[in-house]
Amino acid sequence: MKKIFSVLLVGVLLLGLLVGCAPEAPQMNETETAKIGLVISTLSNPFFVTLKEGAEAKAKEIGFELIVLDSQNDPAKELANIEDLITKKVGVILVNPTDSDSVVNAIKLANDAKIPVITLDRGSNGGEVATHIASDNVAGGKMAGQYIVEQLKGKGKVVELEGIAGTSAARDRGEGFNESIKGTEITVVAKQTADFDRTKGLNVMENILQAQQEITAVFAHNDEMALGALKAIEASGREIMVVGFDATDDAVAAVKEGKMAATVAQQPDKIGSLGIEMADRVIKGEAVESFIPVDLKLVTE
Amino acid sequence: MKIGKNELGKFRPIIGLLLFSVVISLLNPQFLTFSNIINVFRQTSINSIIAVGMTFVILSGGIDLSVGSVLAFSGAICASLIVAGASTFSAVVLALIVGTIVGGMTGVIISKGKVQPFIATLVTMTVLRGATLVFTDGKPVTLGNQVGVELFFKFGNASIAGIPIPILTMFIVFAFSYYILTQTRLGRYVYALGGNEVTAKLSGISVGKIKVTVYAISGLLAALAGIILTSRLSSAQPNAGMGYELDAIAAVVLGGTSLAGGMGSVLGTITGALIIGILNNALNILNVSSYYQMMVKGLVILAAVLVDRKNK
Repeated sequence: MKKIFSVLLVGVLLLGLLVGCAPEAPQMNETETAKIGLVISTLSNPFFVTLKEGAEAKAKEIGFELIVLDSQNDPAKELANIEDLITKKVGVILVNPTDSDSVVNAIKLANDAKIPVITLDRGSNGGEVATHIASDNVAGGKMAGQYIVEQLKGKGKVVELEGIAGTSAARDRGEGFNESIKGTEITVVAKQTADFDRTKGLNVMENILQAQQEITAVFAHNDEMALGALKAIEASGREIMVVGFDATDDAVAAVKEGKMAATVAQQPDKIGSLGIEMADRVIKGEAVESFIPVDLKLVTE
Repeated sequence: MKIGKNELGKFRPIIGLLLFSVVISLLNPQFLTFSNIINVFRQTSINSIIAVGMTFVILSGGIDLSVGSVLAFSGAICASLIVAGASTFSAVVLALIVGTIVGGMTGVIISKGKVQPFIATLVTMTVLRGATLVFTDGKPVTLGNQVGVELFFKFGNASIAGIPIPILTMFIVFAFSYYILTQTRLGRYVYALGGNEVTAKLSGISVGKIKVTVYAISGLLAALAGIILTSRLSSAQPNAGMGYELDAIAAVVLGGTSLAGGMGSVLGTITGALIIGILNNALNILNVSSYYQMMVKGLVILAAVLVDRKNK
């Protein structure tokens, strides 16, 4: 008897926990299409948190129920998240891929279930996607590169800190940056990935500082890595210009304080809100363009 | 079967699982649909397979922290072989052999080197993770249109008679392990070793060989899980499997196996893995914020362990 009681106790405990955490039960009379799913690569990066917030605000405006799932930068969790959304029969799946290759299978599953897919910020290398919404990362990389070229007067040794290998964001920003320094006397003395992460940016920059005696500037594919690199540079006492990408709050503050030279402002909230707008159009059966670029701006002060 | 304290004790995890399922389906009817149940089982299959291997190790009185890294390493080897043009069969078999050998080596370090399992597997965990990163150059190994890809894709994604192959694989692994642990001498020796190593040695059991065997089994099953995961993603991620050892250990503990060794069963482990899998799935279906998900998971495991301890 005691054992059954304990089992019941666990059951009640769990019920309590779950009821405490869950939002109101979904209304059964609302149609299936009023639900949209948003799968984000990670919620521990402020850029994506802002993206999510932009999406949430727009969803509230239009009247969608938005389900947000965090993939914690793990493609396996991303696959599970998308499977769960398919089971929930959402109207559209918005996904911000952790890796442009490994998300393909998950997107194909959504295709099979006839649920439209929209990719945000990072693209997918396969599967059917209704539209891809991202900043024009190539243009952004060029902007950053051109700024460095101007500041360095066309000559110098530069370090490039790359984002997660395989993401379209890293690839495109790198492409734009390298194009802008072509034909100048600027050379890239070190190119390493720091996975869009601040701690890795710090560690990788420390190692590069040891290896390279002469560095004039650093271009990081995102602000998190730039801020990490900044810490390493400050600790070394060397004078090196740092340019980031994203214009997150911390980065903009650093630019204002003069610690960071510049960053490229994306509009993550706009990416999120455009995603919801396009989802609305897709559900209504309207046509959408296959790629929607979102404008960027260079922030230098 | 002399395992477990009493008849009800053995079934406690299953009762907990059923109660849990009832509670969740009341909160959201979508939970109990056939497609969602298949979903849950399929997502749990990877952790279940690793956890079964972990059960062998924990029953013998040890622990294996390296399973996540073995998963990643074997997955990377399998994917690289296929990309290089190997047939599905040879890539899979070779990856399984690699996992078994790596596990076996861990076992040798523990038995011959007399290194504590916690430390030894912590070491292999880090070394293998590094080896995987070196081997893949930190980049995912993506499968394209090579010869072995189509059949390999089926291994993780196709179904037989409506049941996804990973689920069938999980049941086959479970069946074999159940048989080994309950019907063979090896099984009896594993329990004996976990119960009391000194006594086991004195009664003539080749303790060193058993240790190497259980860690080799753990390595083999972690490799199998890595192959399934690689097939599901059509790519081997260098960071795959991080943290999977905790989920596996949690499944084993939730299933009633004692961390001290000598007591427990794979049936309990599969149940424990299902509880964790259902929890992950339910929290998603109920739209619980991911920040809360981690807290809930930890508290549920704590609650289950405390209740289990209270009744021993």
